Order: sequence, then C-alpha cells, then structure tokens
Amino acid sequence: MRILIIEDDAATAAYIKKGLGEAGHAADIATRGDDGLHLAREENYHALIIDRMLPQLDGLSLIAKLRAAGDKTPALILSALGEVGERVAGLRAGGDDYLPKPFAFSELLARIEALTRRPTAAAPQTKLTVGDLEMDLLARAVTRGGKNIALQPREFRLLEYLMRHSNQVVTRTMLLENVWDYHFDPQTNVIDVHISRLRGKIDKHFDAPLLNTVRGAGYMLREQQV
Amino acid sequence: MNNKFKFFRRYTARLALLYALIFCASTLFLFLFFYHFTASAMTAQVDATIDNEINLLAARYERGGVEGMAQLIAARVRRQQAQATGEWIYLLTTAAFRPLVGNLNQWPRSATADAGRIEFDLLVDSNSGERHLARARIFDLRGNYRLLVGQDVKQLTEAKRRIVQALTWGSAIMLVLAFAGGSVMSRRAVRKIERINQTARSIMSGDLSRRVPLTSDQDDFDQVAENLNRMLDRIQRLMEDIRRVSDNIAHDLRTPLARLRQRLEQARRDSESDSDSAGHLEHAIREADSLLSTFNALLRIARIEAGQVASEFTVVDVSGLVRDAAEFYEPLAEEKRQVLETAVEPGVEARGDRDLMFQALANVIENALKYAPPQSVIRVSMARLRADAVLTVADHGPGIPPELRERVFRRFFRLDQSRSSSGNGLGLSLVQAAVELHGGTVELEDNHPGLKVIIQLPLGGN
Repeated sequence: MRILIIEDDAATAAYIKKGLGEAGHAADIATRGDDGLHLAREENYHALIIDRMLPQLDGLSLIAKLRAAGDKTPALILSALGEVGERVAGLRAGGDDYLPKPFAFSELLARIEALTRRPTAAAPQTKLTVGDLEMDLLARAVTRGGKNIALQPREFRLLEYLMRHSNQVVTRTMLLENVWDYHFDPQTNVIDVHISRLRGKIDKHFDAPLLNTVRGAGYMLREQQV
Repeated sequence: MNNKFKFFRRYTARLALLYALIFCASTLFLFLFFYHFTASAMTAQVDATIDNEINLLAARYERGGVEGMAQLIAARVRRQQAQATGEWIYLLTTAAFRPLVGNLNQWPRSATADAGRIEFDLLVDSNSGERHLARARIFDLRGNYRLLVGQDVKQLTEAKRRIVQALTWGSAIMLVLAFAGGSVMSRRAVRKIERINQTARSIMSGDLSRRVPLTSDQDDFDQVAENLNRMLDRIQRLMEDIRRVSDNIAHDLRTPLARLRQRLEQARRDSESDSDSAGHLEHAIREADSLLSTFNALLRIARIEAGQVASEFTVVDVSGLVRDAAEFYEPLAEEKRQVLETAVEPGVEARGDRDLMFQALANVIENALKYAPPQSVIRVSMARLRADAVLTVADHGPGIPPELRERVFRRFFRLDQSRSSSGNGLGLSLVQAAVELHGGTVELEDNHPGLKVIIQLPLGGN
C-alpha cells in the first residue's frame, strides 16, 4: 500500500514511516498542511494519516477540502485532542477513523489496515467463514467443524467483528469502540477476559486455535497455516 | 429556584415593612410636634386677648370702682347681644358667688380656684343643650367681688379638631405611600441582587465568560457588580493560565514521553530475536504507558472540570448504559469468583455525555471488583428517584473509613499508602469530575461491611 503521512513532528512522521515500511507499506511524508493537500491530490494513495494541528492548513480543513473535491481516500486523523467532542468533529469533517496521541504503532497499523479493507463488505453478507468456523448472520448461529456453538449476544457480536476482520490485527480499543460502542479506558484486563471466554467456546476442543493473541498489539482471528 | 424566589419575596416584604414603619414613626412624631406647637400657640393667642380685656376692665375699676366696671361690663354684654355674637363671657359676682352683672347665669362649678386661668363647659343654648368649651381668667377683687372674663373657644376647638382630622388622614395616606414606596425600592434592590445571583448561577454551571450586567445608576449594587466582574476577570485569567499550563504539559511533556515510547517499541521490534532485552523493553513500554495514562487522566479531569465537554450533551439511555457496564464487567467478576448482581429500572434517560458516564461507572465498578473478596456479592443498581437517576455500586470489600471518604476524591490520594497496588489514584477524581459536570453528586457510604458508592445524576442534565 502507498500511504501519505501528513505530520509536522518529524520524529513521529519518521517513526510511522519506518513502522509502515517494516509492515511492507510505502509511505510519503508531508510536514505542512498545504503540501499534504497538494500531494494527496496529485498522487494516488491508499490511505492518509493526518495530524490535526498542522502549519498553513489544519488537518480538518484539509480533509474537508479533499472530500469536497470528491476524493474518498480513507483518512485516519491523529491528534493530541482525544475528547469525544474532538473525535466527533474529526469524523464530521470527513475523517474515517480517529486515533488520539500518544498511540501505539500497532494500533495505528491495525486501524489503517482495517480502513483500507472496508469497501469489500459492499454486498450484504449472510455468512462469515474462517477456516472451519462458520457464522450464519441470519440464523445468528455459529458452528465449528459442524458442531453448534452457543454464544451470548455480546459474544456473538465480538466474534462477528473478529470474523469480519479476520487475518487482521484487532486492538483492544478497536474492540471497545466497535463491539461495546463506548470510548473509554478500562484500567483492567477485562477485554482479555472476554476474549479468553470466547476462546474457551470456539477453540477449546479443537486442535488448531483460530483466535490468536498478537503480543503488544491485540488479537487476530486466522486459520492456522500448516 | 422557587425557594430562592420565595426568600426574596419575603425579604422584599420585610424590607418594605421596615421602611414603611420607620417612615411612619418619623412622620407621626413630626405631626405630634406640629399639633402641639399649633394648639398651644392658638391657646396663647386667646389668653392674650383675654388679658387685654381684663386690663381694660382693670383700668375702669381703678377710675370708677366696682360700679364703673359693672357699667362697662353691662355695656359690653349689651353690645354683644345687639351684634348677636356670643364670643365674650363676663360675670361679676359677690364673694358668695351671687351674680351681679354679666352674660353668665352662674359661676361655673369647675372654677373653684380663687384666681387664674380656667376652662369650663359653657351652656350656649339651654333648649338644645349645646355646650362649648370656654376659656377664662378669674379674679378675686379685694375679697368682696369675683370677676370672670373669658371667651367661647368653639372655633379654637373646631380648628384643633380639623387639624387632628387632617393629620389622621395624612398619616393613613402616608402609611400607604410609605409601604408602596418601600416595596418599589426594595424590589428594585432585590432585582439587582437577583441579577447578580443569576450570573453566579450560570457561572457555576460552567460559563465563566458571563458577567453581571451594569446599570447606569452607579449605585452600591453597581459597585458590587463591578467588583464581582473584576474578580471574575481575574479568576478567568488565572484559569486560562492553568489551562495553558496543562496544554503545555500535554505538549512539552507528553510529546517526548510519546517519542520515548515510540523508540522503545521500535527497539522491541528490532530485537525480536533477543528475548531477554525484548522482555526489558516490554516492561519499559508498560511503564511509559502507565505514565502516559496518568498524564491523560490528569488532562482529561482538567478538561472536564473546565466544562469544555458540556456542549456535546445528548440524551443517554441510562438504563441501557448501566446494563452494558454490568455485562461488560461480569466475566471479570466471574474470573475473580465474585458475583455481580444488577437491579436496573428500565426506561430511565438523562442528558449527558454517554462515554463519560460509562467511564465514571466503569471506574467505580472496577474499584469494587479490585477490593471485594472472592465469593462476595457486588451489587450494581439504578433507579429513578424524583428528578434524579440514582446509581449505586455496593461491595463487601474493606470499605473506606468515614474520615477518609472526602479525601479519596482528591487527585493522587490512595488508601494504600505504600502505593504497591496498581492504579494511579485518579479514578475517583475522574468520577467526581464527570458526575459534577452532569450536575450530580457522588457519595460514599458504609455497606456494613464494605463500600457503597451512590451517584446521583439529574435527568435533565445541568
């Protein structure tokens, strides 16, 4: 993927670029808002990472200008302003995701990858499959290897989100925001407990675990490559 | 609001009454003084006229003796009868009070003294029985005769009566005017106080830019208002300074911390093979994360307390939110072999910030889960009580001694003085800031044993 980083702090920009490079993505850096807008218009990027406070042109105006011109490139807003109100302002301006600073790189990467994959779910799906795990969205039933698995409604939503983002790293914050729909900071490992409960239901009596922990980042649901 | 108004109404009435009473008392005093002065001046006038007549009679007595004086008296009485005026009264008697000459039939019974001024009832018309007050002076003429010279003071009495009447009416009108004037004056004053009060209320609810409006009167209230406004300017300036400092903390301290974290993460990625240093780096990243989360919590509390979040209030399904929170923490409770019980009244809604409410409740539930022993019950409940939603989280943990219950809301205060347990000492500060932003209260009570946290949120927001 080609990604444009619009960020005035050189250290942060370099850090993101290096991390993206390690994950196999190419990145360009713009340090000013107007330069960023120019680059985003001229070049063809898969995703934009935009800081809110930029010289010359602030991040929100930049996105608004792109969207007004019909450019739908997924944009992730990075900002030290993390309050809900600010987040709402960012999403209203046309941002696709909002990540408060400071952030863990794994979180940023997971979100960028989730953003660029989103359009595939254009046709309504009735069935999700990961390996021998199947989810029927209409009957709200889950089977693995043909065996029925009984799930609580919230466990079902958790698994659905993981299945929709299979083979992708999903962070704890992403789960909180998308499965529970609250933006807040739990001081405990409660998300891990939810995951281990789910793991107990879908992985316990099977040989190949599907729900994997990605150290320092989050979780990934994927079929084991043998 | 209503109670405050009642107080002001009462205060207005009291002020008006006091004003009217003081005004009436001084007016009454003035009236009494005026009456007394006028009445005695009029009486003195009558006395002087009588003295004048007596001097005339005395002069005739010197020249013509008793006979001469009697002739003069008779002449005067005749003339008065001819003119049909009955103003003057004369009577000359013997020492034994036998009338000799004059227009009075007998010596007045009340006039027992030998000499001096007297007042008596004068029978003017024996048919109708009409009586007037008369004022006279009596003399003892060398033991043989007695002389009485006086005047019918009907007009004087009438004048006095009129004055009293006028003053009575005057007082009544004055009382009404004074009370009306008092009400107007005090209501004006109270209105000015209420204006100051209103400003104070909107400032307390977070709008620090409000100022007390000034009038052109330049009175004491305006001076109070001006001083208040100046004080508010200063407070606002100080608050802005503090905010600037916290923003600087956010940028100048948080940014290098974030970079430190970035480098650590980078180093960990680079040293994937060396598991020893990866472990150290993992640990260092966790330390950086905990520092960052403390910074974030502090900044968040500061922003909430500055009331910057209140503009994003929406209608929140409190019942759903409490159920979500309980459901969210239920697996954690199960893992710690605790029982999380819920009792939630359905359909309760309130205005507020949904994420912040959830965060506050999450902090309280996390505390309960952290301190309550295994096998114990943690009860989360929510019910509507009048205009509030009351959220309660009750555990059977060690609780908090009563004398420390106020202090646990302070930033960085921790019951565990050794600070060996996890947590940054900001959880309850955030709860309090969030609840107060919504115009609610947090209280801690004894759960016999354990702790009961009671959060009251007004349904209408603030």
